[in-house]
Amino acid sequence: MPGSDPPGHPGRTIVVAFIVRRVIAAVLMLAVVSAATFAIFFLIPRALGQTPEGMASRYVGRDATPEAIQGAVKRMHLDDPILVQYGRFAQGIVAGQDYSLGPKKAECPAPCFGFSFNNNQPVWPTLLDRLPATLSLAFGAAIVWLISGVGIGVISALRRGTLLDRTAMTVALAGVSLPIYFTGLVSLSVFAYTLGIFPGGGSYTPITQNPVMWFQALILPWITLAFLYAALYARLTRAGMLETMSEDYIRTARAKGLKESTVVVKHALRATLTPILTIFGLDLGLLLGGAVLTESTFSIQGIGKLVIDAIRGNDLPVVLGVTLFAAFFIVLANLIVDILYAVVDPRVRLS
Amino acid sequence: MTAPLDVSGQAMEAQPEAVLEGVGGKAIEGRSLGQIAWIRLKRDKAAIIGAFVVVFLTLIAIFAERPFGGLIALFGDLPNVPHNNLIDPMTSAPKAGWGGISLEHPFGLEPVNGRDLFARVLSGAQISLLVAFLATLVSVVIGALLGVVAGFFGGWVDTLISRLMDVFLAFPLLLFAIAIVGALPDQALGLQGNGLRISVIVFIIGFFSWPYIARIVRGQTLSLREREFVDAARSLGAGNGYIIFREVLPNLVAPILVYATLLIPTNILFEASLSFLGVGVNEPQASWGGMLTRAVDYYQIAPHFMIVPGLAIFITVMAFNLLGDGLRDALDPRAR
Repeated sequence: MPGSDPPGHPGRTIVVAFIVRRVIAAVLMLAVVSAATFAIFFLIPRALGQTPEGMASRYVGRDATPEAIQGAVKRMHLDDPILVQYGRFAQGIVAGQDYSLGPKKAECPAPCFGFSFNNNQPVWPTLLDRLPATLSLAFGAAIVWLISGVGIGVISALRRGTLLDRTAMTVALAGVSLPIYFTGLVSLSVFAYTLGIFPGGGSYTPITQNPVMWFQALILPWITLAFLYAALYARLTRAGMLETMSEDYIRTARAKGLKESTVVVKHALRATLTPILTIFGLDLGLLLGGAVLTESTFSIQGIGKLVIDAIRGNDLPVVLGVTLFAAFFIVLANLIVDILYAVVDPRVRLS
Repeated sequence: MTAPLDVSGQAMEAQPEAVLEGVGGKAIEGRSLGQIAWIRLKRDKAAIIGAFVVVFLTLIAIFAERPFGGLIALFGDLPNVPHNNLIDPMTSAPKAGWGGISLEHPFGLEPVNGRDLFARVLSGAQISLLVAFLATLVSVVIGALLGVVAGFFGGWVDTLISRLMDVFLAFPLLLFAIAIVGALPDQALGLQGNGLRISVIVFIIGFFSWPYIARIVRGQTLSLREREFVDAARSLGAGNGYIIFREVLPNLVAPILVYATLLIPTNILFEASLSFLGVGVNEPQASWGGMLTRAVDYYQIAPHFMIVPGLAIFITVMAFNLLGDGLRDALDPRAR
């Protein structure tokens, strides 16, 4: 009985029960994700025939002596059984962990997302350090693409078959077919290098240092990133709108004499937007874990750039830390979307 | 997509799917779903253009290398031959204007070492399409099997597989791929170098995108298993295996085909992204993504080096998308 929830207590307890259920599911999901991440880094290489020494060499950096590698195997306990290793790894996230660096001891306080032997520091503070750049990029782009993508999708659906609709959908199809590093390079080449309107790559400044420079440097990355997603969202919104507009309740709404604008906004758009918000949560969560391609193209020192630099420098603990961090963001985003969904749409929490 | 069909019949009977296509209550006579789809597809100009480009590119990729034709060397150059004499040592850009585009080098030359871009783009097409097709095959096999099992058996099997799909869809795929390639030993499974890289990339892409196929197949199976022909088969004594493979799956060929076609461009972009990030195909083997990485440093002096591989990706992905969209519109009986 959708929508028949009385506005009193029973509905509220159902919402709370739903939220508790989803939180438990999210925690389980985190356990699965951390186990999967661990398996990728420690189980798959072993299964493919990598020796503990070979693995250690990827954790201590490029130019390590055989003795240093042997030491690393001991220090990282790479010759322990795999379950013991996972136990230590999970414990480190919750309670912290110490790493011995030859004579000295290095502390990695909780949450220990690993320890980079390349630059002798825990990964977690580096992640926090890089987070603002990624947040700026992801949220700015999200605002642009949500407004433009959904707007274009709605207009296209309402003006279906017109020149406007066909042009918008052709551009959108081109948008989803263009790799972001190509559009990024072209826009850098045209707007930054040739025309000189915007600053070039690598000019990101933290907002706390200089808000104006922060804004200027992010305009191109925002637009480039948003173009891809706006294209995707325009296609989704248009398809969703067309489907909703042919529903019976839209005809009913029109038949009872509602204004067309009310029918579109209150009845059609609302139903179309709910599934799109789910996808939006996932996409945003994914980007917060590092917009790898955009950050590399524009040399923004965010989390995505961090992971690429770490791969190139053979600094696997950082890669592991970022992967885990990103997975946590996605699970979190999923959880938030689920809860919002249940608050907005009563059918969800009843099923 | 309005595609009214020639209407010649009178009665409203037979072919329930075909009747849906009738305009104004008039029915069509004796056309199979496949024929209807074909007629609709033929009217979709964009899809036909996409199909032609797809076939053209596939043929190029097949006949690129020596044993089948050697198209790469059409202009007399191979992908890994440097032409240092054609490069300006001061700027690293090709000496001749327009990126060194000439009759011998129709797409120009790579900055720094002067390798022929035509040969490299063709060689990259091979890698790109090979990886995309194989990865799609992997995910179609996994996705179709798990999807049909989930939809057909329902209950806890369905719950388990559906949860698994959620988990896979929630993973930061690109980061995982980067991590797997990074943690990989140099030699494994009797493979090394690019052979190992390509196998691993195919496996990663295929293994993480099966839920897209499985979701569709599961949904369709849920409704198919209630149909009369499944009951009929069962009452004749058919087992679950027979019903799944002989009765249900053949009816799912169309949706699987559509979503496989739409998965290929995604996989092409994925491979290109990995190569762009330096965790895909390695130099000196040419790949479109790898060429764009190198273009990052030279787009100011040699813009053609960015445009050539970029357009190659764009045209290929767009063609597959146009074909996939067209197929979906043509095969979906509810599409209007």
